[in-house]
Amino acid sequence: MTGLRILLGALILGGLGAAAPFTPLWLISLVTLAMSTGLVVCGLIILWRGGLVPFGQALFFATGAYTVALSGRWFGMTDAFLLVALAVIMAALVAFVVGFLLAQYREIFFAMLSLALSMILYGVLVKSETLGSTDGINVAQASFLGMKPRGPGYTFALFWLALGMVFSAWLGVSAYLNSVAGQLAGAIRDNEIRVEYLGISVTNLVHLKLTISAALAGAGGGLAALSISHVDPQMAYWTTSGGFVFVTILAGAASVPAAFLGALLFEIVRTIAVALLPGGWQLILGSVLLLTILFVPEGLGSLMIRKRAAVAEKGAA
Amino acid sequence: MSALLSVKGLEKTFGQVVAARDINVDVPQGQTIGIIGANGAGKTTFVNMITGHLTPSGGTIQFEGSDITGLPSRKIMRLGIARSFQVAQVFPTFSVFENLCAATAIARSGSSVIGAALSRFVSAGTSADAETAISQFQIGQFRDALASTLPQGVRKLLDIAMATAGNPRVLLLDEPTSGISLEEKFGLMDVIMGALKARGTTILFVEHDMEIVQRFADRVLAFYDGTVIADGSPAEALGDERVREFITGTLIRSKDGKLSAGRASHA
Repeated sequence: MTGLRILLGALILGGLGAAAPFTPLWLISLVTLAMSTGLVVCGLIILWRGGLVPFGQALFFATGAYTVALSGRWFGMTDAFLLVALAVIMAALVAFVVGFLLAQYREIFFAMLSLALSMILYGVLVKSETLGSTDGINVAQASFLGMKPRGPGYTFALFWLALGMVFSAWLGVSAYLNSVAGQLAGAIRDNEIRVEYLGISVTNLVHLKLTISAALAGAGGGLAALSISHVDPQMAYWTTSGGFVFVTILAGAASVPAAFLGALLFEIVRTIAVALLPGGWQLILGSVLLLTILFVPEGLGSLMIRKRAAVAEKGAA
Repeated sequence: MSALLSVKGLEKTFGQVVAARDINVDVPQGQTIGIIGANGAGKTTFVNMITGHLTPSGGTIQFEGSDITGLPSRKIMRLGIARSFQVAQVFPTFSVFENLCAATAIARSGSSVIGAALSRFVSAGTSADAETAISQFQIGQFRDALASTLPQGVRKLLDIAMATAGNPRVLLLDEPTSGISLEEKFGLMDVIMGALKARGTTILFVEHDMEIVQRFADRVLAFYDGTVIADGSPAEALGDERVREFITGTLIRSKDGKLSAGRASHA
């Protein structure tokens, strides 16, 4: 990635951060939540490019969220940076362990096995009183390096934290996607035998992808827990995983910024749909997905890239 | 001269079926060995066992003095034994250049997953290696074409070029000219052998066309019924009674006693 693009990204995110105090609080909360979804979708993109679609990414999302909630409840930790870091580490750790199994599978088997694992977590969360059972756990207000903003200030602080996380994720994921391991995603999808005979283990590559994607899902979960101030087993449920896959289809795997725009669009469409059709908002959401698959099968990101290519062509002509 | 690759008592059974038995071969550094035999004679099984695609049922394979029997293919590959495939194995959605970048990038990142995550796919190093391979294998005009659109011969060359990315000591080619028209075969083999000889690679190639074998091999291994029935110079091996009976079949002995190869050698 060029220095210019990094600067541009920093300016856009910085501009958003500066605009926060002049924006309605509900919108800031919505965008923060969208950014948490966007972080998870960044991880899904990494897997998606290798031909892997997890139907149970909520496993890592919920792991991150519950790590934040339980660290507060059991150990009295309140620092937001520390909590998010723990969420990332725990989710990556869980992925590293289940990866020994999951990385052996591909296609529908990978998808369903990841779904199965997430539903096991869901069952454990529902049945376990110490983990809050179906009611979940409230998350105490976090502090930020000793500062304890309250009221609207807290919403702003979380928003700025989210912007920082998005910026880091964007840099990190872009670097990964341009690395040898990242670029081999297409190669794995195309021809695993060839990859093995070039001397590198496909299983280990998938394991690495899974762990990175889980770290991002954990970050998203941790941020969501702080932003909603509550965690419940629904975060591990398959509809949550389905939502992430939904946004990935909407955004496409072509670009990292598209993941966040897709997540934002998803939150907006869902909010409007719930307002318009409180009992049947899924109808609207489903229609949007249908239209996306019919008319923009490569996702929103492909529109951005097509436009960029068109501009470049025009410039060359 | 001690052998670079040494195979002793190698065998492979699939249930009741014996695919390979009692194979003993020493391969010295720098030789070019043609492997002949009818379909089902055990040629590909032999290649697959050396490259770790199949685990032998018995016997040992030594490479540079260490035992590599039954290691996974990627470990064998890392030690310096590479292969190409009967059906060219390339990444169809990558261009020729990207295919070679993938191969050289893996080799340069030390074949470790962490190394692969920390090194860049298109770097000055990988590009230079890829360009070298493109010129050595003479596929420059297809540099930016998607691998899925390549003519068969070019796809074969790309497959072999990718196999050479890690500078292997030994390269096994499984039917490099299969699916290639008669007129193109020799040109293709000239390119392959030219590029590999420049690198000093020891070559084993499976081949059905006896003219190709005679032209390019220093030594011939003839397989029949899972084992080696003749091992020697092309003239010796192709002149062997049993080789003529079971494999070449159509070899004609002319009046002056010299061998000439028949075309219909796919018996």
